[in-house]
Amino acid sequence: MTAVNPSSSPSLVARLIETGAHQKLLAFASLVLLLIGFSIASPNFMQTSNMIAILQATSVNGVLAVAATLVIITGGIDLSVGTLMTFCAVIAGVVLTNLGMPLPLGVIAAIATGALCGLCSGTFIAKMKIPPFIATLGMMLILKGLSLVISGTRPIYFNDTPGFDLISRGSLIGDIFPALPIPNGVLILFLVAGAASYILGRTVLGRYTFALGSNEEAVRLSGVNTDFWKMSVYALAGSICGIAGILIASRLNSAQPALGLGYELEAIAAVVIGGTSLSGGRGTVLGTLIGALIMAVLTNGLRVLSVAQEWQTVVTGAIIILAVYADMVRRRKA
Amino acid sequence: MLNRRTLIGAASAAALMLSGNFAFAQETYIPLISKGFQHQFWQAVKAGADQAASEMGVTITFEGPDNETMVDRQIDMLAAALAKNPTAIGFAALDSQAAIPLLKQAQEKGIPVIAFDSGVDSDIPVSTASTDNIAAAALAADKMADLIGGAGQVAVVAHDQTSRTGIDRVDGFVNQMKAKHPDIEVVTVQYGGGDHLKSTELTKAILTANPDLKGIFGANEGSALGVVNGVSEMGKSDVVIIGYDSGKAQKDAIRNGVMAGAITQNPVGIGYETVKAALEASQGKEVPAHIDTGFYYYDKSNIDDPKIAAVLYD
Repeated sequence: MTAVNPSSSPSLVARLIETGAHQKLLAFASLVLLLIGFSIASPNFMQTSNMIAILQATSVNGVLAVAATLVIITGGIDLSVGTLMTFCAVIAGVVLTNLGMPLPLGVIAAIATGALCGLCSGTFIAKMKIPPFIATLGMMLILKGLSLVISGTRPIYFNDTPGFDLISRGSLIGDIFPALPIPNGVLILFLVAGAASYILGRTVLGRYTFALGSNEEAVRLSGVNTDFWKMSVYALAGSICGIAGILIASRLNSAQPALGLGYELEAIAAVVIGGTSLSGGRGTVLGTLIGALIMAVLTNGLRVLSVAQEWQTVVTGAIIILAVYADMVRRRKA
Repeated sequence: MLNRRTLIGAASAAALMLSGNFAFAQETYIPLISKGFQHQFWQAVKAGADQAASEMGVTITFEGPDNETMVDRQIDMLAAALAKNPTAIGFAALDSQAAIPLLKQAQEKGIPVIAFDSGVDSDIPVSTASTDNIAAAALAADKMADLIGGAGQVAVVAHDQTSRTGIDRVDGFVNQMKAKHPDIEVVTVQYGGGDHLKSTELTKAILTANPDLKGIFGANEGSALGVVNGVSEMGKSDVVIIGYDSGKAQKDAIRNGVMAGAITQNPVGIGYETVKAALEASQGKEVPAHIDTGFYYYDKSNIDDPKIAAVLYD
């Protein structure tokens, strides 16, 4: 999970600050505080079924946020995560429902489509030198349009693929421990987060992800093929969006072609609340996971308290600003 | 920093506790999960629901996603509403199928569900309070036919191809023209997402492509206003415009003659009937499986008629 080469940490405190563990602690403390606050405020909040509803609400945004984290650590941004998710869901729909292929092929097709689209974004950015914001903005619109074209603007249902809805809605954990029916979608979120965390902390790709965000020029001058690594990161992020596409399609038992716009901003918000710097070079998947949970707890808690919807939006916005402000104050001190 | 952050957290938690009601368990509580929220139409539905709530002494909440594509967000809202153990639930499904697991949960808990605005493809809702959009759009087609003299080209600007209302209104209009007015040709149906600006651009493109066009039907408030804008920007004052729903801008357009008339649903009635049916169902009373909340055609001549004015919103 640690972001920094372990050999470069002189003291425990310095290491805590350097690795962003401090920030994770802050974010985690806020999450716990929110949970306690809502539990006191409403007897209906702390129920197993509601906690599971929160986890389930986190699953799709969480997976998208993990994808966004990888890209943001390189100092880039990916605005296409939401519509790419939808596009992958539509592809799964075409493969499974329109072509009638078996379930695993649909899943593979969605993930491969995600990787391919990510590779396209990566190519625009690394080879054609288009700024990430513009390149992925373009991709966001292209994919939104293609989703509508391919689906014929109607939702594609998965009624002919038995078991598809179980990918997200079923519960392997619940089958073993009936008291804890945690949906598979949540399990998949944690698996994706674990894998991304491993890649960031333990692999060459992870090391270059951070290096690109810290000082791309220095990395390039030291003889590293930065274009290749950058494209790899975007492709990896894309394949994770493909997983999100499967998750949401399975949860809704349909690929909704018009969905997806706006989801990128919520993913980026989760990343930022989790302490990942938008200027790159710094961030953790665990932080993002906590950030996504904070967003979901906040949304659900405000609803369970029956706070008027206008105010829910105001509070969510304020929390994002507070979280980033807290992070900046901390960094100025460090 | 830890202190500051903790303080902020504590303050917001305290604020939340103050703002929230403590428990709904004892009182009659009916959450309404709508398809939208900030649109004037949904605010009118909310007004009707609020009116019923205060008359009948029940507590309601009204929520809906930011736009009508956010199917999963609506499901999350439904899940949060269920957590509150409500007396009954009002639900306007964006996608019927996606909501079924949660609706089943409601059924198991013995919470009656009333569908509103558009139906749910399931036998779980005990009643559906909605407008017959096909019949309403067919009425728009008849009025259009009268106004253009029964022959010529017309076009439709609608909000979207995926929602039930979008499909029903377009089908209702187009099929009525085919069946009853064979000399009228619907040259094109275009979709602008209910966005004023997009619908304006669409209208201008349609008028450019079809210079002999005699009339345009705007299938929801945003589409209709876009049509009005587009027609006036092109200076085509002879094109007959029929709109849908109301809102201040649309009412003004009808009063000053830019728009010939519009179909209005009864959004206040939808909200009112939903809460009423929900309460009755929770008390074990018999409720009809379908409550037609009605629609009217209004123009300059009857816009101030008390029966019409009561269902129009600003």
